[in-house]
Amino acid sequence: MSRRLFKFHGGVKPAYNKESSNHEQIADAPLPAEFVIPLHQSIGGIPRPVVKAGEHVQKGQLIGGPDGSVSSAVHASTSGTVKAVEMRRMPHTSGLSALCVVIEPDGKDEWIGHAPVPWRTMSPGEVRNALRDAGVVGLGGAVFPSHLKVNPGKEGHLDTLVINGAECEPFITCDDMQMRERPDGIIKGAAILRDLTKARQVLIGVEDNKPEAIAAMRAAVERIGAERIDVVAVPTRYPAGGAKQLIRVLTGIEVPHGKRSTDYGVQCFNTGTAHAIYDALELGRPMISRIVTVAGNVERPRNYEVRFGTPMKDVVALCGPKPDTDRLIMGGPMMGFRMPGDEVPVVKATNCILVGSKVLFPPPPPEMPCIRCGECAKACPADLAPFEMYWFSRAKIFGKAQEYHLFDCIECGCCAYVCPSRIPLVDYYRFAKSEIWAREQEKEAADGARERYEFRLAREEREKQEKAARLAAKAAETKAKLAAAAVAGAEDDPKKALIAAAQARAEQQKTAAETKTNAE
Amino acid sequence: MFSALFVMALGAVILGAALGYAAVKFRVEGDPLVEKIDSILPQTQCGQCGFPGCRPYAEAIAKGEADINCCPPGGEEGIKKLADLLGREFKPLSGEHGVEKPKSVAVIDENVCIGCTLCLQACPVDAIVGAAKQMHTIVAAQCTGCELCIEPCPVDCIAMLPIAEAVDNWKWKYPVFDIAQRRAA
Repeated sequence: MSRRLFKFHGGVKPAYNKESSNHEQIADAPLPAEFVIPLHQSIGGIPRPVVKAGEHVQKGQLIGGPDGSVSSAVHASTSGTVKAVEMRRMPHTSGLSALCVVIEPDGKDEWIGHAPVPWRTMSPGEVRNALRDAGVVGLGGAVFPSHLKVNPGKEGHLDTLVINGAECEPFITCDDMQMRERPDGIIKGAAILRDLTKARQVLIGVEDNKPEAIAAMRAAVERIGAERIDVVAVPTRYPAGGAKQLIRVLTGIEVPHGKRSTDYGVQCFNTGTAHAIYDALELGRPMISRIVTVAGNVERPRNYEVRFGTPMKDVVALCGPKPDTDRLIMGGPMMGFRMPGDEVPVVKATNCILVGSKVLFPPPPPEMPCIRCGECAKACPADLAPFEMYWFSRAKIFGKAQEYHLFDCIECGCCAYVCPSRIPLVDYYRFAKSEIWAREQEKEAADGARERYEFRLAREEREKQEKAARLAAKAAETKAKLAAAAVAGAEDDPKKALIAAAQARAEQQKTAAETKTNAE
Repeated sequence: MFSALFVMALGAVILGAALGYAAVKFRVEGDPLVEKIDSILPQTQCGQCGFPGCRPYAEAIAKGEADINCCPPGGEEGIKKLADLLGREFKPLSGEHGVEKPKSVAVIDENVCIGCTLCLQACPVDAIVGAAKQMHTIVAAQCTGCELCIEPCPVDCIAMLPIAEAVDNWKWKYPVFDIAQRRAA
């Protein structure tokens, strides 16, 4: 059956460079001397550490508890001793540190007790909690907590569930190799997702430059007898693996600005995430490792199953980095981030460690002025006007940049790739986006402060009134007493009666004191 | 002649009634300009501008009694926004009201704190938790960095710590072409 496919706007065809790393099988990376497991590996709240230095942990044991619903758990990658819970450098462009759990493996690699999750009999909320506690996040690169996406939507069922195996970024072959070698897990995971989201159909989109993967996946669908799951070859064009782009290609739906794909009955998961969901629910295993492509300036590019927290240099060493290696990039050449050093750990977002050198990735040529040729707009897969966004981001007129839908930019790098003036456009967008975010947060904080200040003023006013009321009540009470005394004492002047009474009391006390001293 | 006068007079009466009704019906409570200015101000309530809080300063600006460059926490950017809103010329921050400092939060040295509650009374946003003869502490997320708690503290146990850059609040830098790197290559 041939399915009607659609086209997304723009896109480019960079050199794919995938052949080097997709020949050898996925290998297990050995245990490193120490694991440095960052607690914050997904979008959302930072998990709280639940272990202390000196504690013994088992493989798969919870070390970071999710903080709220938009957060995901973190687990120990092997059994061993927690050496420290401290700040370590993160695999982040900034080179800044964040809280990590450092584990020294004991070599036994003992699993903590785990059992399959009876997800078929559980309520949707319980399944979501199970996925959150298993630390399942999107492995496509955005690391969005998956439990928030396993949702049948407003209508109670999805129309189409898209499983994203397009893997369009050059050099990266981790999804390709997983689809070739472990298709059963992916298909079973897709079937679980189909049942959880009550999807009418499941479309697994794979770029047609991966014929082995497509064949293996189709064979697995046959073998398992999975219903309503279809493996679809999509034309190879970067960025076909973008969620909105793949949805467009497979269903023809173009998700407009400000809407989500679920508003149209479509949800998208990565193939690796589908496998992780199968692992978490059918095997009861939390997410502690992923497949990572090591490619670029190395002798033996290959895919490895790497546990989270393994230092990148240990993984790169397995592939024989060439002597002129000068940088590591997490992700691909189009969207990847340069790492601040080679000791940073592999995390859930690490789909690829791209080893670079000056020869492989020469420094960018000088940026020339924008000539407004419009090539970037032709290449933009999100249908934006990159030259306008660049213009306003560069001039720091952020409001205008936002009017051109800066936040719909997926930072795919197509515009910079085709720019004849070689302007690092994405760098400008990232700059503008983070400035806008920071401002938004400041604004929120200021609004909170205003509210608290106004509340304080209101409270002070209320307290003042309450005090005045109290004093008035007391005064009235005294007045009443005086009046009563006036009536009781036959004196004309109530004040005099009071004074007389006080004098009598003082006299009494005095005589009492005297008798006391005399007695002593 | 009379009919023309009558028509014009009638028109004037009807339009006047409509305007009068609209003035009552669509009356704007308060000064909307004050709201707009107040939403630009940083709400630290620090009083460095010489007014007891951000709102009084906003009111003074709206009346034309205060200049737009008296708010150090708002900094240059705040002045630019105010200048934009009010159609005035940008002016650098006036020195007599203070200087723009990096964003900070107050921190109490809990070993030194004697629990006098003086800082509690000074904090304009109720960001300090404590009671008499109990140790006090500052809720960092709610501290606006106004520094009003520092002066009343009898044992000088409050310090201002600049907010450190972390992975979560790190910002991408403005792209700059690195000539040195280019030469080295």
